[in-house]
Amino acid sequence: MMRFLLLFSRQGKLRLQKWFTPIPEREKKKIIREMTTMVLARQPRSCNFLHWKDLKIIYKRYASLYFCLAIENHENELLALEVIHRYVELLDKYFGNVCELDIIFNFEKAYFILDEFLLGGEIQETSKQIVNRCIESSDMLQETMEEYMSKPAF
Amino acid sequence: MSDVVEKTLTALPSLLSLDSQPGSAKLSSTSKLGNLIRGITELTSKHEEEKLIQCELSSIKEQVSSPNTTMRQMKELMVRTIYCEMLGYEASFSYIHAIKLAQQGSVLEKRVGYLAVSLFLNESHELLLLLVNTVLKDLQSTNLIEVCMALTVVSQMFPKDMIPAILPLVEEKLNHPKEIIRRKAVLALYKFYLIAPNQVQHIHNKFRKALCDKDPGVMTASLHIYLQMIQENPEGYKDLTASFVTILKQVVGGKLPMDFNYHSVPAPWLQIQLLRILSLLGKNDQSTSVIMHEVLDESLRRAEMNHNITYAILYECVKCVYTIHPKSELLEKAAKCIGNFVLSPKINLKYLGLKALTYVVQQDPKLALQHQMTIIECLDHPDLIIKRETLELLFRITNAQNVTVIVEKMLEFLRISKDDHTTIDLVGKVAELAEKYSPDNEWFIETMNTVFSVGGDMMQPDIPNSFLKLLSEGFDSVEEDRKLRLFAVNSYISLLRGEPGKLPQRFLQVISWVLGEYSHLRADLEPALVLRLLAKLLDMKNCSSETKSWVLTAMTKLCEGGSGVSVAQQVSEAYGSSLDTVLRQRAQELQHLSQDSELRARVLPRGAGLEPVEVDSSLSFLDGFVSEALAAGAAPYKPPHQRQEELAGTKALSLEPYGLSLPISMSSCITDRQSPTLLSMSSGLSGDSTDLSHKGGSATLKLDGVKRVWGREGYLSQKEPVEEPAQVEVPSPLRSPSQQGEADSSHSQTPSLTPTPESDQEKQQLASSLFVGLGSQSSVCLMGKSEPTTQRFRRKAKGHSTASSTSEQVSNSVISPPSTVDNLLCNNLLDSNITSELAVSSPQLTSRLSQGLAATNGTCDTDTELPESDRKESKPAVIRDSYVVAADPAPHEDPDRPKDLDLSSHLPAELSELSHSEITHLCTNQNLELSVCHVQKEDSLLLIVFISNSSDSAVQQILVQVDSDELEVSCLGDSPVEEVRSHSVAVCQYSLTVKRPAVHIELVGMVSYQLPVGSPQSAAFSYKLPLTSFIRPLTVSTEEYGTMWLAFSHDTKQNLTLISDGQEPLTATLNVLKKRLQLHVVEIIGMEGIVACRLLQDQPCLMHCRVHAGTLAVWLRSPIPDLPDCLIYHCQRALQGH
Repeated sequence: MMRFLLLFSRQGKLRLQKWFTPIPEREKKKIIREMTTMVLARQPRSCNFLHWKDLKIIYKRYASLYFCLAIENHENELLALEVIHRYVELLDKYFGNVCELDIIFNFEKAYFILDEFLLGGEIQETSKQIVNRCIESSDMLQETMEEYMSKPAF
Repeated sequence: MSDVVEKTLTALPSLLSLDSQPGSAKLSSTSKLGNLIRGITELTSKHEEEKLIQCELSSIKEQVSSPNTTMRQMKELMVRTIYCEMLGYEASFSYIHAIKLAQQGSVLEKRVGYLAVSLFLNESHELLLLLVNTVLKDLQSTNLIEVCMALTVVSQMFPKDMIPAILPLVEEKLNHPKEIIRRKAVLALYKFYLIAPNQVQHIHNKFRKALCDKDPGVMTASLHIYLQMIQENPEGYKDLTASFVTILKQVVGGKLPMDFNYHSVPAPWLQIQLLRILSLLGKNDQSTSVIMHEVLDESLRRAEMNHNITYAILYECVKCVYTIHPKSELLEKAAKCIGNFVLSPKINLKYLGLKALTYVVQQDPKLALQHQMTIIECLDHPDLIIKRETLELLFRITNAQNVTVIVEKMLEFLRISKDDHTTIDLVGKVAELAEKYSPDNEWFIETMNTVFSVGGDMMQPDIPNSFLKLLSEGFDSVEEDRKLRLFAVNSYISLLRGEPGKLPQRFLQVISWVLGEYSHLRADLEPALVLRLLAKLLDMKNCSSETKSWVLTAMTKLCEGGSGVSVAQQVSEAYGSSLDTVLRQRAQELQHLSQDSELRARVLPRGAGLEPVEVDSSLSFLDGFVSEALAAGAAPYKPPHQRQEELAGTKALSLEPYGLSLPISMSSCITDRQSPTLLSMSSGLSGDSTDLSHKGGSATLKLDGVKRVWGREGYLSQKEPVEEPAQVEVPSPLRSPSQQGEADSSHSQTPSLTPTPESDQEKQQLASSLFVGLGSQSSVCLMGKSEPTTQRFRRKAKGHSTASSTSEQVSNSVISPPSTVDNLLCNNLLDSNITSELAVSSPQLTSRLSQGLAATNGTCDTDTELPESDRKESKPAVIRDSYVVAADPAPHEDPDRPKDLDLSSHLPAELSELSHSEITHLCTNQNLELSVCHVQKEDSLLLIVFISNSSDSAVQQILVQVDSDELEVSCLGDSPVEEVRSHSVAVCQYSLTVKRPAVHIELVGMVSYQLPVGSPQSAAFSYKLPLTSFIRPLTVSTEEYGTMWLAFSHDTKQNLTLISDGQEPLTATLNVLKKRLQLHVVEIIGMEGIVACRLLQDQPCLMHCRVHAGTLAVWLRSPIPDLPDCLIYHCQRALQGH
């Protein structure tokens, strides 16, 4: 099971946080601080995995943004790396050539995509098409609300 | 792949000025959020940011509470609040508005509302209760998107207590025509299963339907639940193995829609999930493993593409191959795979390769030999993570020959590591290795010194404890013990002469204890000198008061001779007036004992650590005192509960703990009861108070029970050494000289494997010292279960290690054959006509289902259930309480699987349905073999003795006698077995009844028989079984309980640890007790619970539990002496083991 996902910039600014298990606020802040310092201090050409308490931290840098995923000890590190990658792909597909600014200004969209992809710390849907279809169908409401409301549910 | 997103963000401000971004997303630079974000990026200091956000938040606060704010504006405000919270500023005022938005907004606004809720709150937040109604409404909505949102939020967080309210609606969604709804519903149920497993017990068959869903997404989602359930109880799902295998086959074969491909690998997440499930199912189970061999082979073969995801699958495959029952062909392929990982230039793969090796070397140490040069390289890797993983691997291959090198490497790492968690973990491992394989005293003490100084005060407290235990208990030779202790003393004296201020507290404690006990071993050492060194510790600023009291105790042991006494006097004067009561106490002791050397010799005899303390639990030494006091007119002693009754009676206070539920019945039962103390009660109105000291006397000191706890602990700790020597020590296979030679030759060959340049030689030297001893080891045990123990410091009594190692070998006994029904289902799994298929086969399926289900979830509710420790399906280690004591030396090794199966088939037909304990081997005498198990029936316990004759001739005049001090044994069946024909098995049955309760009940027996030729033979055996096998739930009502409680005179009290795994601690703890010990929970009222059970036949024992100050105060009462004491022991064990 995944425990949390953090997105932060090279400067250590938090861009997105998702906690899959209940954690007190103060603890969260501490974890965020620790994660950013730990991950940002990593030398280039080190592996993408870290040990932290009883968890494994899997991180990857995409352009200026770090994706940092905490998983339980017995989980598969490579797979977690691909979880991150699939999320990036999803963001990319949605935003079209995604960049950090897309995530800063539309972070709620990034959350929506994440919620369709991961749920309660487990993979929910791995098909790129289906996730995007979900998001788009909800998004579409923005434009055709009136039309939608007059229709019966699908 | 980062080029997908690669984008230069060199000039942030210039980009921000652009109005829109390429792509579908709009950069809302004109929105208020945009302004906020831009405002923040322009700031230079943290202080300014704080000011800006506070200002922003107060404006948001104003707007959200204004009645004129529309939902649309609210949505926008909420997004901004989320942003502020992400920056770390609290905005708790908005939480309630987030819920309101989710409740009242239109679909889009609702979405943001739900998002805000899921980000702001967690499942224990009280406001979440307000969301329940909204979720209920949305679940019933005809709008698909609303249903989706509700299910999403439910799977992320939901108050546990409210699950029943929405469960029917979520269940209903499992039949929804839309697959996305079904999928989310399954995930919501998974979440419920995690947080409250008993709430979803009744829908296990629906999980099966989800597994057979025509949509692969729904099926994948259901695997989360199955993985969890199979982890908890692999035996219950063996029948599904074939189905999982078929699914995996289809996935690997590319039968899923292209949609599910990830970088042209078919559904990798699904594959990995299935592999995990299969490895759980195939563990220790040959017949199940056989089913999956083919598909594993195919998975290994198919995953050839050079992409991370295929490596992820391969890794999981390898793990699976090494977990299930081995097949040499697969092992070979898997080993090759690991090679690819380890040798890969990609660092991530190397890491995973090391991890896989670590997992595998326990079974196949040869593999480590193959990769030794890579391992050496990794040991010097600049990345600490790789280094750490390598050490982990080395830890697994440590033996007596390479221990010094490996420990040195670990200590090296410890000195540079700054991470506390790693330090704690590694220190523990070093201590373990040092204790296990230490080559000599000097090394051992020095290594432990480093452990204590590096580990400091973070390390697990059991490390110093077990070190001291080791020192005090000693080993086999007295001379060796003396040397070791002397060496420790020498080393500590020199440490104290150095700079003791730098040593951690725990180390100082160890030092002072050792010096106190053993410094007399060094003849030339003046006690006064040691005293002075110790006294110096007391003056150190950073010395904690705990350490000080250790030091003072040590000084007390040492103070003799003129100058010694004067040092002691000085110290005791200084601390005699300390504010710390413990220190003051110690100082007083020091003062008095230093003056009276005779008394000191009696109180602190030298070398007393070796002798177990004898406790006279009957306090007979006080008899004289008591009779004197009685003669002088003192009142006879009354146990506390009698005094309380009396007290309650005279004061007529209504203090009964069950007043909530039984005010009337309680008082009525009191009026006509016989007081156990034969005291007349002045009023029948009041009841007995179970816990007067807690309820009534909050202002007074709670002395009641304090003394008893001490007594109890003394009793319990004494218990252990009594039992342990009874276990059979597995004779450690010492390496023969020939094997030694083999080991040497194996590593002398290895350097030629990898010819590398430069610092080559050095590395190879390291390699030969690291991997020494591995070659021979691997030839001894391929499956690596029986570790060759050339252990230096072998404890005299070593826990339960022998018991568990044998039980590991014994495994499951009943394997249901792969069901054809499921096969059918699964072959059609991806077709659409699944429902009709299901309907046709349903009768068969449901019967199978009910069998499987009974096995999984019965544990919580049925009262007639067997305790876990005796169910044959339970995990290997659980029979730890019933180990065998055989009179014969060798038999421990061989109870292997087929035999167990064989014997269980000889169980009498009427018993074969019932669960029986593991069949344990008792003794072998020539060709006759005795095995035994016990079967729990609802109102009796049967002992089944199997007599198997493996000779070619019949064995005659067999007489089996079973006897026990604690039991009444009666033979069942018409006539006892007298003859066993050749190669057959005879069965004797005995019914057991407890005469006198004991923690473990031991049976001794004797079998005598006559072979056709030769003289009569006989063999002795013994068998131990825990008291818990005789415990059954006692179903009583609260009223009956009240009556019984007052009538029982034997009692005991103890504080037990509470278990809090998410649930309410009292309920959780009682559930564990119920499950493990088969108790009946009568009622739980607030912080109190009452529990009842009976000892066969019909000897009740009642238990009253109360949560107090973080512990569970338990009070047991029974008419049977000793029963409460024995039961409390098992309660303790059950909770510890949890």
